[in-house]
Formats: sequence, structure tokens, C-alpha cells
Amino acid sequence: MSAGAFNILWLQAGSCGGCTMSMLEHGSGGWFRELDTLGVNLLWHPSVSEETGAEARIVLERVEAGETPLHALCIEGAILCGPDGTGFFNRLAGTGRAMLDWARALAAKADYCVAIGSCATFGGIPAADPDPTDAAGLQYRKAVAGGALGADYRSRRGLPVINVAGCAPHPGWIMETLAALALDVLTADDLDALGRPKFYVDHLAHHGCSRNEFYEFKASAETLSQRGCLMEHLGCKATQAAGDCNQRGWNGSGSCTKGGFACIACTSPGFEDIRDYHRTPKIGGVPIGLPLDMPKAWFMALAALSKSATPQRVRRNATADHVVVPPRGARKPRE
Amino acid sequence: MTRLLVGPFNRVEGDLEVSLDIEDDAVASARVTTPLYRGFEQILVGRPMADALAIAPRICGICSVSQSMAAAAALRALYGVARAPNGVVAANLAHAAENMADHLTHFYIFFMPDFARAQYAGRSWHEAARRRFKAIEGAAANEVLQARRRLLEIMGILAGKWPHSLAFQPGGTTCAVDLGQKAQLVAIARDFRRFLEAIVFTAPLAVPLGLRTPEELERYCEGKGADGDFAAFCRIARALDLENLGRAANPLMSYGAYRGEAGAFLNAGVFDPIASALSPLDARAIREDVSHAYMRDGPEEPSLARTEPYVDKPDAYSFAKAPRLHGRPAEVGAVARLAVHGHPLVRALLERSRGSNVFVRVVARLIELAMVAEAAEGWAKALALNEPFCVVAPHDEDGDGVGLVEAARGSLGHWLGAQKGKIRSYQIIAPTTWNFSPRDASGVAGPVEQALVGAPLEGHGAGAASVQHVIRSFDPCMVCTAH
Repeated sequence: MSAGAFNILWLQAGSCGGCTMSMLEHGSGGWFRELDTLGVNLLWHPSVSEETGAEARIVLERVEAGETPLHALCIEGAILCGPDGTGFFNRLAGTGRAMLDWARALAAKADYCVAIGSCATFGGIPAADPDPTDAAGLQYRKAVAGGALGADYRSRRGLPVINVAGCAPHPGWIMETLAALALDVLTADDLDALGRPKFYVDHLAHHGCSRNEFYEFKASAETLSQRGCLMEHLGCKATQAAGDCNQRGWNGSGSCTKGGFACIACTSPGFEDIRDYHRTPKIGGVPIGLPLDMPKAWFMALAALSKSATPQRVRRNATADHVVVPPRGARKPRE
Repeated sequence: MTRLLVGPFNRVEGDLEVSLDIEDDAVASARVTTPLYRGFEQILVGRPMADALAIAPRICGICSVSQSMAAAAALRALYGVARAPNGVVAANLAHAAENMADHLTHFYIFFMPDFARAQYAGRSWHEAARRRFKAIEGAAANEVLQARRRLLEIMGILAGKWPHSLAFQPGGTTCAVDLGQKAQLVAIARDFRRFLEAIVFTAPLAVPLGLRTPEELERYCEGKGADGDFAAFCRIARALDLENLGRAANPLMSYGAYRGEAGAFLNAGVFDPIASALSPLDARAIREDVSHAYMRDGPEEPSLARTEPYVDKPDAYSFAKAPRLHGRPAEVGAVARLAVHGHPLVRALLERSRGSNVFVRVVARLIELAMVAEAAEGWAKALALNEPFCVVAPHDEDGDGVGLVEAARGSLGHWLGAQKGKIRSYQIIAPTTWNFSPRDASGVAGPVEQALVGAPLEGHGAGAASVQHVIRSFDPCMVCTAH
């Protein structure tokens, strides 16, 4: 451990390990090099550290006893409180203690507490109806403040839990949050009302979507794999979901909507309880979920107008799986 | 007799606890515990059928494409439709990328760092192993993460993102590829091949792929392959006699991998390593026993079973159920796939050891990595531009469907029953559920519990590296196991 390093302890609670898998994609020189560059020291991470069994328990015990300074506690996965508040559905192996208990003990020692992914933030898929394990996020149960640490929890530096929501989160969302902490440049003002870093949730997943022209003209895909807008028929929540997903590439160049399937709002509490993910709920033919800050009447008026003005090219391409009419007009572009 | 508890067992996927009974400084018997239960099978019941495509992949972030493929296959069987041929190829390519990333991550990030442990200080190979493979700090770690990152760009193109994509549908994949993307896919496949040839095998892939006997493998490790990480592993394995560690002699099972119009790239079947006999797979002979699981009793057939946790159950010690094929445990994974497929080197190593062991499990994983890497470029080239990638599946509202696929860690099955368009029952048997099965009603231990018996501890007790090698040779994914 280098002196002055920013110590991170990463634990997995009721998780799928996907946040870690996403994290390992980060950094053009490799994630470990990135951590080193930023002066971040990984005290222990269940997937990558050498210490196992008793060696790992000693790392945890030293943090709990206050012997090792803990700058950021990162927890991936929901905190499973069941059955009957015992946390028995998720014990930390070899310790006889529930992760619920460990999370509370270690969070008290941490300068910052970071929930990695939608399970650790809001409960995520394990909290989906009927919530068989009584799953909670660290500081929220779905959209309600509370969670495993309680609504009043503040880390030693006075911040609520920092919620890097997403299922899985983009590796950049995680690493940029950790980097901002290590660089001591993240403040309470940098978090939204749900504790999520604003740098990525002050955007909508819709922003920068490659299907925007189809959206503008309400030229909609009717089945999956077609190129048109996915909002009208196929359940796309991108106009309502927080995230800069379409402004930064996933796995190089991808995004959900580029990949041909609808945004399911995985950064939002409650995404786990959506029914029929790829069907748009409608009343009288009008989608229920409209863009967040747009009055319904305006949306209806604009949609009617834009549908009447849809170019033939856009209309035909919307229901094709590849470009069938390229954008070439009768007029030549001006030299 | 002394009892030792090993945990948290790290550099595996998810939570694992191992209880060892020790006699004469060796493991006399073992019990493996999955101490995490999230309730996916309960969460899936009552939902619209197609929502399995959003929920089921989230069982596991390391093999989410496999979970998607199994869910889509179960729905496809229920609907009675066929995929668009392009969708088959695209799904195979994405699945290959995930499986290759898994094998690579397992070898470098999970398995090899144990040879850098201080316990081995003084061995002739230790200093080199420490410099190259030490957890987080070893020279290989960042090189491998860069190669992995580049490989997973296949997901950005074909699946939108990874993990947890909705691109894998009953009728194919949702993203039609254009010429530019096809060229990118070929380039990524070639980049990954170059990485394997330069770093892992230090030879053209044809060389490791041509190895047929243990003797040829030894010559390769001293010759063309000598500077590669695969050979480094083989030399350490010889020095530590890993061929005699972690032995188990259960039937080896594979559901068959990378299906295409011309059949599967790797065949389905069951290989008995004692009799060296291959038999066809009868998936109807699969049952799940819950006598030592924290689960209520019920029907053992996956299509009829329920999952109801019962944490105060006497004699229970794991959230994992105990799958059995024809009443017996089965080992799954790369070694099973290649044994069933008839790979000569893997078959010869199994014959020499009269069962599987730490060495052959790792060898099989790396040979499979080479096989799939070679095939991947061909799959990328086979994508037929302007042909559909996905067909619309007519939705039957009632019925049953089974989806059987091979994840990196082995055979993965989803059993789905539907009524009026809603999921009536959903059962998942994951690869690690097979390998890390607890005992069944007859007291028969699962493959890992068997393989740990006899592991020498050399005075290190629960900290013995041998235990780490045995467990990790199975590449466990505990989050899949009990889901």
C-alpha cells in the first residue's frame, strides 16, 4: 500500500457481479493501471485480490477496527435483509455474518460510501415483486429513502450514499465517480435528489440516440430489429430515463437503442417492476410514458404535425432493418 | 479430525464457503456452501413470458449472454419458431466473445495468481510467476484487460452493451449489421487471435490446435510454446503434479455449443471418463434433489419444480440444489465439452488420469479458447448483409419450453412453463449448480466435494494453495448457482 493512497474496499452483496465485469472494461491501459494512475489503492476486491479466506477476513477486520483508513466503501449488489431481518439470504462466506451487518459496520468507517449499480442503489432486480429476499439498496428501497443504512446515514465526510445507478452501470460512470472522490473534487452539489452523480444523470438516455430523426417524425419501429423509433410501440423509456448512454459508447460503440432494443430505464428506481418491457402501454392509442417535461397536449400536437410531414425515406426506413432509402434528394447540395 | 472453514473464497464469481474435514494433513471430506440466494425463479413467476429476456440475464453479469440465450431458446421452443439464420450466427459470435472473455479472465485474473503466492517462494518457477501473474500487480494483468476490452467491442456492435443486453430474442438478434460493422467484427476477431498467438500460445493457433497427445503437449511447451503463458502454466502444473490434484470421475456432460444450420460446433452428449464411453444426452433424465438445500421439498423434475426457501431446514447447508443426471452427479465445463466432442488431447489426458483433474480442466479451457477464437472470424464473415437478423415470433400463450445452452462454465438450462401468456413456472440449472452441488438424499457428494478429497495441505491448513487450485479449476460462478 503506497502512502497517501486513496483506499477503496469493494464488496459484493446480492449482486450478479456484472458491475465488476463492466468495471474491468475500463481504462485503455487496463483498469489496474488506471487505479494506479489516480492513486487509488484497492484494499480488497472479491474478484481480483490475492487475499482469500482468513487473509481477506483480516483486511475487513482491520478496516472495521479503524486500523486501516477507508476512503471509499464500494458495495455492488442489493442488501438482502430477509428472512425476518436476519440477512441470512446473503452471508459473507467464512465470517458467519450477514452482509447487512458488514455493510452497516464498514459504512460507519468510510469517508465515502458508494453504491455501485442499481441493486446497491435502489434494490434492483432482487427487489422486484414479490421481493422474496427483502432486498434493499444502501440508502433507498426503490425510490423511498431508507434502505439498509437508513435515510439519515452520512459518510464520515458528510455525504449521503453516492448512487452509481445502472444495470450494469457504464464503467465510465463508476470510474469517473471514484476518480472524482480520489481527486477530492466531488461535493454534495454534484449529486441529484436520488444521490446519483449529475455528470451522467443530468442527461436523458434519449440524448444523442441514433434514432432521433425517427423520433422527430414519429416514424416508429413496429417490431424489434427495425430502425425506427422504439418509443411508440416497443416500450422505449429513453425520453424519461437518466443517463448519457447515447453520448458515450458502451463496449466501444454500442448503446441499447443502437443495439436495436428499447431502453428499460435501468438507472431508475422501479425499473425492475416494469411489465412487458418491450410493449408501450397506451391509453386510446397514446403512450402513457411521455417525455418528462413535455405537456401532453403539446406532444400530441407536435406528433400529429410531424407525422404528417414524415419524409418517405424516414417512413420506409423506420420499418426496415437496414437503410432501404438513403438520404439523397432531388436537389444537389450547394457547393 | 479437524474441521476448517474456508471463506470468503475470492477470485471466483460470487460467494462461496467451503467446510473441510481434515485428517493426516489432507482433506478427508468437503462441503461446499452457496451462502447467497436472490430469488430469481420466484421473481419470474407471474410475469409476461418475454420479460424473462430482461430478468433472467441479470442472474449473472459474467455469463449474461448465456442466460439470455437460454431464456430465448426456452421461449423459442415454446413458440415453435426458428431463428433468422443471421441471428443464429450473430448470437454465436456474441456468445463466443463472452465465453472467450470468461476463459481469459478466469485464467489470468482468477486462477494463475495463486502460483504467485508467498507459499511457493523458493520454487524455481515462483519468481517468474510472481512477476507475471501476481494479482493486480503482475505484468499480465493490464495486458489481458486491454485484450478483453477490445474483444468485448463485439458486444457494442452486436448486443448494444454488455453485460445485460436485450438483443437476444427468440427470433434472432435485434441489430442488423452493415458492411462497416462486419469489417469491424472481423478486425476485432483478428486482434484477439493475434493476442492469443503472441502472448498465450506464442505460436499460430494451428499449433496448439494440432496437439493430440500429452507427449506432443510437452514438446510444444518446451519448444514453440515455451515463452507463452499456457506453457508457463503447464510447467508449473508438472512441478506441482496438478494432474493428480482435484480428481473426480463423474460423467462429463455437454448440451452442445454454438448451434448452427449444420449442427453444433461442439457436440452434445455424455462422456464417461472411466469407461471412455460416449452416450447421447437425455435431458429428460435431469432431476434436482433438495435434501441438503435450504429449500422445501417438491417435485424433482425441473418442469414441475418450485423454489421455496426454507432456511431452518435440518441437514441443509447450501442454497444450491443438487442436480442429477440419471440419478448421478455430472461434471460440466470446457473439459466436458471437449471430451464429449472427442478432442484427442483432452480424451487422452482423461484416460491417463481416469477422470478429470486440475490440469486437464485448465488445458481444456485454453484449447477451447483457441478453437473458438479461430472460428469467430469465420462467423463474422458469414453474416449475410441485407438478410434479416430477426424474425417475428408468433406468440403462443400456453405451453412449456426448455432452453439448453453451454455457458463458459458448462451446461445451462432454463425450464419455462407458461399459462395465458404469463410465466407459470421457471427453473434454472446453472453450470456451477452441477459442479458445486451439495450432497443428495443418498449422501452422494457433488463433483467439487469429491475433487477436494485427498487434497494435501502441507501444514497450511485452510490456507493451503491446493484447495484454491482445486476449487478454481472449476471456474465457479456462485451467483448463477443458487440464483
